[in-house]
Amino acid sequence: MKEKFPTKEQLLRKCGWLEIPKAGTITRAASALDNKTGSWRAFRPIIDEKKCINCGFCAAYCPDNAVPFKDGKRGKVNLDYCKGCLICMQVCPVKAIKMEEEAKFNK
Amino acid sequence: MKAKFTIVPLTANYAIAEAMRQISPDVVAAYPITPQSAIVERFAKFVANGIVDTEMVRVESEHSAMSACVGASMAGARAMTATCSAGLALMWEILGVASGLRCPIVMPVANRALSAPINIHCDHSDSMGARDLSWIQIYCENAQEAYENVFLALKLAEHSDVQLPVMVCEDGFITSHCVQNVRIYEDDAIKKFISERKPEFDLLDLKSPITVGAIELQDYYFETKRQQEEAMGKALKIYLDAGKELSKTTGNKYPYSESYRLEDADAVIVTMSSAAGTTKAVVDRLRGNGKKVGLLKLRLFRPFPYDAVRKALNAAETVGVLDRSFSFGAYAPLFSEIRNSMYPLAKKPRLQSYVFGLGGRDLLESHVEQAFKELLSGLTTKEEKYLGLR
Repeated sequence: MKEKFPTKEQLLRKCGWLEIPKAGTITRAASALDNKTGSWRAFRPIIDEKKCINCGFCAAYCPDNAVPFKDGKRGKVNLDYCKGCLICMQVCPVKAIKMEEEAKFNK
Repeated sequence: MKAKFTIVPLTANYAIAEAMRQISPDVVAAYPITPQSAIVERFAKFVANGIVDTEMVRVESEHSAMSACVGASMAGARAMTATCSAGLALMWEILGVASGLRCPIVMPVANRALSAPINIHCDHSDSMGARDLSWIQIYCENAQEAYENVFLALKLAEHSDVQLPVMVCEDGFITSHCVQNVRIYEDDAIKKFISERKPEFDLLDLKSPITVGAIELQDYYFETKRQQEEAMGKALKIYLDAGKELSKTTGNKYPYSESYRLEDADAVIVTMSSAAGTTKAVVDRLRGNGKKVGLLKLRLFRPFPYDAVRKALNAAETVGVLDRSFSFGAYAPLFSEIRNSMYPLAKKPRLQSYVFGLGGRDLLESHVEQAFKELLSGLTTKEEKYLGLR
């Protein structure tokens, strides 16, 4: 197989058994990035910038690496991949994170 | 050119260990279980003495043995193990993983009965229970076949169109512990035949990382299993091709089945493994008395060579199938497949199922003679019959 599986085009449709690599092997690294799991989100974490102390707990605990943290500063939550599990809200030591229903943002 | 050989008196287990020495797999992970233990014991000695450079993994169970083999195989290594009975049963979960991940692992199985009642002797209930797990299964009559089939299995398993694991089955104790003269071919000829494994994926290539064993639900599981079925189908032809190639080294033939005095036989017995030897002796004696009897010894059970079996049996009047295991509540495994093979024939032979030899119960020549007598009289029934049952 020349092209690595799955190509972006292949991700958009279901492939037949002759097309996929043996044993369900995924031959393209980081293909999960093309799968925007943020669409699963029912609740969105909202961070209060005034309360945040940049401790980095939310970034460290995020199971999807959706909270960037660089040079001692937390960045904006990447909503393409944040599934809304709200672990960040649970671990925040200063209670700077609250949740809002996702539906509110999609009006 | 045919390879030079030395004739060595060996048990089938030791002959298999010799085959493993000649293969010198990258990884062997195994756990002892009677009557397989002697294979791995002997092989461990080769490792300890530096005769092979195999990484020997002494695991705490067969579940772990197969798991270690799967890991090694996925990383591109040639991995082998050996087991039987309860050990095979404990491996169960990982047997499906090995075939599902398309690991060309070769595993000798010294067929032994399953508990309970606990029993260490031969029958086929262990490997027969695993017949639908997408493992290729080859059954061996004697030590020579067991030794050579290990090479055949390796070639077949690693073929790019197959990539499936193989069980090489020999009868526990009857064959595994019986000393026979075995032709051991010179190492170089075997090395040339088995060559190097060329894995399709390289799990350890950090520049081109891959994911193996990812979850597949309603979306892709069916497609992946369909590929496995395709590989099993292709294995039928590749088995013959690999056999032809091995013939160049050994001079022996590797058909799906061996026809013994079958040409004009009215009554035929179909069986596998060591029972074929006993049946041959009876066929010879009855032929001496003018009785038209013959034997079809099946070597390859998975994938099942339906067409070849039908062709071999289409002239027979009456066929008796000797199974060394039950398929509780259904026809015995080998009988079931023989019956399936016959379905397209307009004029089907009469069929009779016989179950024999469970838990190592001896199959005597008198039992086989009794079966032939019944088959020649044409008295077949839909019921399963038993040989050597009190």
